[in-house]
Amino acid sequence: MIINHPILGPRDAQEFVYLGDASLIHRPDGLTASIEAFHDYTYLRANPAGLHRELWYHEQGDRSWLVVTRNTVTHEITSVELARDVARSEGRSK
Amino acid sequence: MRDVNLKPITALGLDLPQVVTLGRWTLTERTDVALASLAVRRGRLADVQALASAAGLPLPPAAMSEQGAVYAAFWVTPEMWFVEAPFASHEDIRRHLLAAFGEAASITEQTDAWVRFDLVGPGLAQVLERLSNFDLAAAPSGTATRTVLEHLGCYLIKRSETLVSLYGPRSSAQSLHHAWVVAAQSVL
Repeated sequence: MIINHPILGPRDAQEFVYLGDASLIHRPDGLTASIEAFHDYTYLRANPAGLHRELWYHEQGDRSWLVVTRNTVTHEITSVELARDVARSEGRSK
Repeated sequence: MRDVNLKPITALGLDLPQVVTLGRWTLTERTDVALASLAVRRGRLADVQALASAAGLPLPPAAMSEQGAVYAAFWVTPEMWFVEAPFASHEDIRRHLLAAFGEAASITEQTDAWVRFDLVGPGLAQVLERLSNFDLAAAPSGTATRTVLEHLGCYLIKRSETLVSLYGPRSSAQSLHHAWVVAAQSVL
């Protein structure tokens, strides 16, 4: 599988480490969120047969975190973004 | 405290840098280069670019390296570079860079974390394609990338068609050296 890195171009998936669902970016505020919100964040994941947004780490490359949109049925990758940009655009990063 | 008599050794544990010639390729251990990482602090990119330009330090674009008069640099990740300088004049490279960049960048000494081997000769890709999945032959001169050799995270810098610098973890210097020798012998 090849991941088309937004900065470095096509790179072998061997260079990357998979973390999981990109919704992990949306960690609830530890001081104000309810225990239910944290429970859902920690344990509940969608398991779609189709497009899935997920976090990959380019460990043997530029060590950036990426948000990869992958079809879990065909493994086709339709979009790759820097997780930093995604998090900032969603107001996650200060 | 008693006087202690310490003597510096190379990453391969010898007094002098090792040079190995196999066929048309020469591997030279480089101990005469100081290394530091330079990471831009949040929102200070323009400041760092101006200060780098004043200090004569190149900041090459993504996946590239560049040689300046004293300093050389290669890109490692967005808004971060590794900076090389002559060891004789810049053994304390962090202090030199702190003086140039102040609070605009985070600077970390890297010299003794890495071993540097310079590989010289025509057709280096024939050897490196046996060691790494990076397509060295297709990459333009100046390319710098992180890759895996012998299960070790390394940096490869293609300075020209006949000179490639390899940075690997210093504590695995002998493994990396061995991997190179085995791969080169298998091509010859």
